[in-house]
Amino acid sequence: MSTKLTELVKKPEILSGGHRLCAGCGASIAVRQMLMGAPDDVKLVIANPTGCLEVSTTIYPYTAWKASYIHCAFENAASTLSGAEAAYQSMKEQGRIKEDFRFVAFGGDGGTYDIGLQALSGALERGHRLIYVCYNNEAYMNTGIQRSGATIMGSWTTTSPHGVKGSGKKENRKDLTAIVAAHNIPYVAQASISHWKDLVRKSQKAFAADGPAFINVLAPCHRGWRYDMEKTVEMAKMAVQSCIWPLYEVDNGKWKLTTKVPNKKDILEYLKSQGRFSHLFKEENKHLLPIIQQNIDEEWEKLLKKCE
Amino acid sequence: MVISNKTIAAIGTDAVSEAMRQINPDVVAAYPITPQTAIVETFSQMVADGLVKTHFVAVESEHSAMSAAIGAASSGARVMTCTSSQGLAYMWELLYIASGLRLPIVMPNVNRSLSAPINIHCDHGDSMGARDTGWIQLFSENGQEAYDNTIQAARIAEHPDILLPAMVLMDGFIISHSIDRVDILEDEVVSKFVGEYKPAFSLLDAENPVSIGTFDGLYGYFFEFKRQQEEAMVNAFKVIKDVGKEFGEISGRPYDLFETVGMEDAEYAIIVLGSACGTVRHQVEEMRSRGIKIGMIKLRVFRPFPAKELAEVLSGLKAVAVFDRSDTFAGHLGGPVFLEVRSSLYDLPKRPLIVNYVYGLGGRDLSIELIDKAVGELAEIASSGQVKQLVNYLGLRE
Repeated sequence: MSTKLTELVKKPEILSGGHRLCAGCGASIAVRQMLMGAPDDVKLVIANPTGCLEVSTTIYPYTAWKASYIHCAFENAASTLSGAEAAYQSMKEQGRIKEDFRFVAFGGDGGTYDIGLQALSGALERGHRLIYVCYNNEAYMNTGIQRSGATIMGSWTTTSPHGVKGSGKKENRKDLTAIVAAHNIPYVAQASISHWKDLVRKSQKAFAADGPAFINVLAPCHRGWRYDMEKTVEMAKMAVQSCIWPLYEVDNGKWKLTTKVPNKKDILEYLKSQGRFSHLFKEENKHLLPIIQQNIDEEWEKLLKKCE
Repeated sequence: MVISNKTIAAIGTDAVSEAMRQINPDVVAAYPITPQTAIVETFSQMVADGLVKTHFVAVESEHSAMSAAIGAASSGARVMTCTSSQGLAYMWELLYIASGLRLPIVMPNVNRSLSAPINIHCDHGDSMGARDTGWIQLFSENGQEAYDNTIQAARIAEHPDILLPAMVLMDGFIISHSIDRVDILEDEVVSKFVGEYKPAFSLLDAENPVSIGTFDGLYGYFFEFKRQQEEAMVNAFKVIKDVGKEFGEISGRPYDLFETVGMEDAEYAIIVLGSACGTVRHQVEEMRSRGIKIGMIKLRVFRPFPAKELAEVLSGLKAVAVFDRSDTFAGHLGGPVFLEVRSSLYDLPKRPLIVNYVYGLGGRDLSIELIDKAVGELAEIASSGQVKQLVNYLGLRE
């Protein structure tokens, strides 16, 4: 399949405009790029856990979705969708459904890294043919910017505030993409909305996988990260260039960097660009900056080894 | 038509599995928990043996069991699951979503007490905790009724005037693990009785994509949706009676909202549900043979609650004892069945006296002696016109 822009722009939009996500929201960009990778000849069932994307695109009696769509609860997009996929397999086998359907979940990091991890793990282990996309903005944004398992160390959120006894989130994030890869499913990838071609190609691979696929997409949130709304794509790009968000895939167990970073940038520029890290540059917190850099460097080196 | 039953000896869970095989759902998503486990085991074997068309989703939790059931039912499939106790409690938020989305999922629940302390034996605390979740609840006295109720539940839940999920309740171990005689219908008879499921909407309708579970917003229609659910429960009275009557025609075993024993001339009566009905009936019949004017009401349908019909039957009595196999912890207000029966009587011009017996928590046995004790006190209430103790704990070590 093509990743030519001239071809991709001809594809019908499944998430229509007019939804109520913020201007400059990374989530809708992630969804649109992801769905550009869907084959033309399949029907889609989309699932959301509770979150920004859900509440902003499905305000009853309206819906922004031109494909079938289901929202059930917060922690169970994967299990809800696995039920839909099982129903499809059953009825397809019985000859009651002729068309080819594909199943795609879009969950935020709260609904994926944290509360939805068990349901996700179960669905992956059972081998349902579904794609789970985490649109990762590194905190619970829908409820007003609370820390999640994806929030990086030092980051301010409303539940990891800075004060006399605190300097943002104390703990480093968990490596969810690696956790998912440990399920040995056909396709796992980490992507960013700043690298659309890479993301669309990964989407195409995920749709082609004969089994579960997972893509963790960095999708910045200007409300939570505290930057100007027009800079969403720029923030995502800086994350890739500083290697705090490396782009790679695990294709049938084979780890591969999909975007080389020849001139890895220091993390300081990235941290300075966002209000969520502003407290780190105060005298009393400055000692955290090299620790954050060290965390990034270590994770990057580990990844490079896996991709050798 | 000629009624043809095959009589087998079966434990309750096997009887329910057999009903599930005959219903032949498109999807079953379930998770093992004592004492329900034998259902998932037996049904998994049926899937492995190619006896059903069902896709069995062996989920990693009850939360995911109900989530997958919701996803599958939203896709137009006929869906079943089953659980017990902590599993039902773990499903709690999703029970509301299943009913709110009007998905006719059928779920046998093997009644078991809720922790703590952990106890695997029977009481009704699990399903009573789910009484306000918008599910239809049918209680069973024995394995036969668990089988019969499971088959009827599919018809009731899927009825276009209802479209609500339904729970079939059976007492843990007492029914689930006891061998009893069960009359099984022929496969084709069950298949014809439940009919083909025609969903109102489906995620897999290629021509008509739908959005399900959407956000109601601040000025939405939540209130109206909830009112419609209540309306569906009102409609369920007639449908449950109709289906019960029709089931009688194919099986020789008709069903109603509740069953009565000796109520035509009873002066006082016991209301009870679940497996205890057998023991209570035995004692009531024995006492009636001695000329004691006692009756019994076996409550089958707890949701919807047949308040009007019960009030009619109870109106002429001097006294009523309500047996509850769970408590509400409301400060001596009584068990859930008691609260509802008592409320049902409020508008009667002349109300019978009423007393509550909480019994059998955590599987504590309800012996004949305990029933006799309660009946003795009930007779005293009827003759003295006084209730000395509103809520009583029967069989408690004090």
